[in-house]
Amino acid sequence: MPATHTTEKVARPPSAAPRPPVPRPAPRSVRLWRGLTPWLFLAAPLALLVAFTYAPVMNMLAYSFTDWDGVSPELHYIGADNYVEILTRPELFQVFFVSGYYLAASAVQIALALYFATVLSFNVRFRNFYKGVLFFPYLINGVAIGFVFLYFFQDGGTLDSVLALVGYESDRAWLGTSTSANISLASVSVWRYLGLNFVLFLGAIQSIPGELYEAAELDGASRRHQFRYIIAPGIKPVLSLSVILSISGSLSVFEIPYIMTGGATGTETFVIQTTDLAFRFNKTGLASAAAVVLLLIILAVTWVQRRLVPDDKVDLT
Amino acid sequence: MTLAHPTTVVRRRIARTLTQLSLVVASLVVLLPLAVVFLTSLKSEQEMAQGSRALGLPDDLLDFRNYATAFRDGEMLAAFGNTAFILLFAVTGTVVIGSMAAYAIDRFTFRFRKLVVALFLVATLVPGVTTQVATFQIVDSFGMFDSLWAPIALYMGTDIVSIYIFLQFVRSIPISLDEAARLDGANAFTIYRKIVFPLLRPAIATVVIVKGITVYNDFYIPFLYMPSEDLGVISTSLFRFKGPYAAHWETISAGTVLVILPTLIVFLALQRFIYNGFMRGATK
Repeated sequence: MPATHTTEKVARPPSAAPRPPVPRPAPRSVRLWRGLTPWLFLAAPLALLVAFTYAPVMNMLAYSFTDWDGVSPELHYIGADNYVEILTRPELFQVFFVSGYYLAASAVQIALALYFATVLSFNVRFRNFYKGVLFFPYLINGVAIGFVFLYFFQDGGTLDSVLALVGYESDRAWLGTSTSANISLASVSVWRYLGLNFVLFLGAIQSIPGELYEAAELDGASRRHQFRYIIAPGIKPVLSLSVILSISGSLSVFEIPYIMTGGATGTETFVIQTTDLAFRFNKTGLASAAAVVLLLIILAVTWVQRRLVPDDKVDLT
Repeated sequence: MTLAHPTTVVRRRIARTLTQLSLVVASLVVLLPLAVVFLTSLKSEQEMAQGSRALGLPDDLLDFRNYATAFRDGEMLAAFGNTAFILLFAVTGTVVIGSMAAYAIDRFTFRFRKLVVALFLVATLVPGVTTQVATFQIVDSFGMFDSLWAPIALYMGTDIVSIYIFLQFVRSIPISLDEAARLDGANAFTIYRKIVFPLLRPAIATVVIVKGITVYNDFYIPFLYMPSEDLGVISTSLFRFKGPYAAHWETISAGTVLVILPTLIVFLALQRFIYNGFMRGATK
């Protein structure tokens, strides 16, 4: 299966790459072979790219204007009805409010990551231990995290026990009401993803040359000034990357709420809803329209970010 | 340094203490939930039934019976086997495909090169979860639904970040090496295989680690594409604990620890590579 040998898709032979006139032109077959070589390397990557990224996007756009159920051979063009339904039926639209919790959580997450990265960029005792502890959750399997925190929030579980230790007896079901459940799940998300932001920030801060701090210290700059004038500008690109990742991440939350509550008690997110529509209720058309809306939002957010923070790092050619 | 004023000294000391305190609290927040699950995994069914407190120690610290139960009844062996199979093919495929694409894009000038680059670039903007509705139909039409090949193909085919990582490294390999080999009569495939690929070792290490951990942890794709019970990978098999063991937290905890343990071992062994790998992966 790993398509190392690529005989199946012979790309259109680009009629011999336009090269500067060589003294003695190579024989025709050699030239053809040379023009073909890059395409032989690209055949498998391009075939996979088209099959699993571009074809789905195209199909999704097409499905979104139909009432297809995903199985029957019959489907009807129904215009923009699916889009109208998504934007007007409040219960379909309310998943966006759930994203709000995760968006707020990611703001907290970025602030905390920034704080810990700054603190640990200076010489602190047990620095590597703290770094490891803060990063490790990011590597843990999502289902395992889900179970760890189901037990954490359970009646008489970890959280209740800790609260009892400090003399606060609580009998509330943490995942029982919509607000409380969403806040709990969003906190789990902070617990899980903080490490990545933290390590990115730390890397950016540590790549700032040390002489800058020394010079600043000689000039009598306080820690706060060092942060404001040295660290902050140095991490701007990574910060903007984290913001965009957080926004698209908040919109496409799936694992934690699906594993922990299954989307019950008002914790359903956009992706859970779309997955349910498509694979449980066989509403492929409607689900496609929902996915197109999500894709458009994410593209718009990315576009805005690229406009605001021109990223000179993205040069491929 | 000039002699600091006594109050500044005091203030600094307070600041340092507060910083240390915040680090200790953060460590507790991270470690406590995990530690409690580990303790729970060592408690017996009777202990749990008698209402053992979450923070209480188990009666017998060396009671691994729950692990046996989780391993046997949870079919964790098959799950680890399936995960290993997918890992092997998906990671190898990603390395081969990513390095080939990077080599072609960096070392050749050909018509439509810009278009190809743009196709890969734009694809990074499309998050995988949004397109599964339609990807599902395509995977199904290839006859790969409910087989181990569905996740393998998807992991291989949708990883553009790896191509970027390889591209950066290919660019840093001097072209003079290619040219020297070409003068010795090597063709493009020999150059790729004998010169470029071996020099990509650091990039390969990065991609293997990042991809390996991502695949090991993925839940959505195996859950969607492999509903059969015997095709469970560790995520989906662990997820299935939820039904039959709903009230048996000691067994669920044991299964959870079994899943986390390999990650912990890999992390402790490869710490530095992992930090660098994820940094490179995220910032491209």
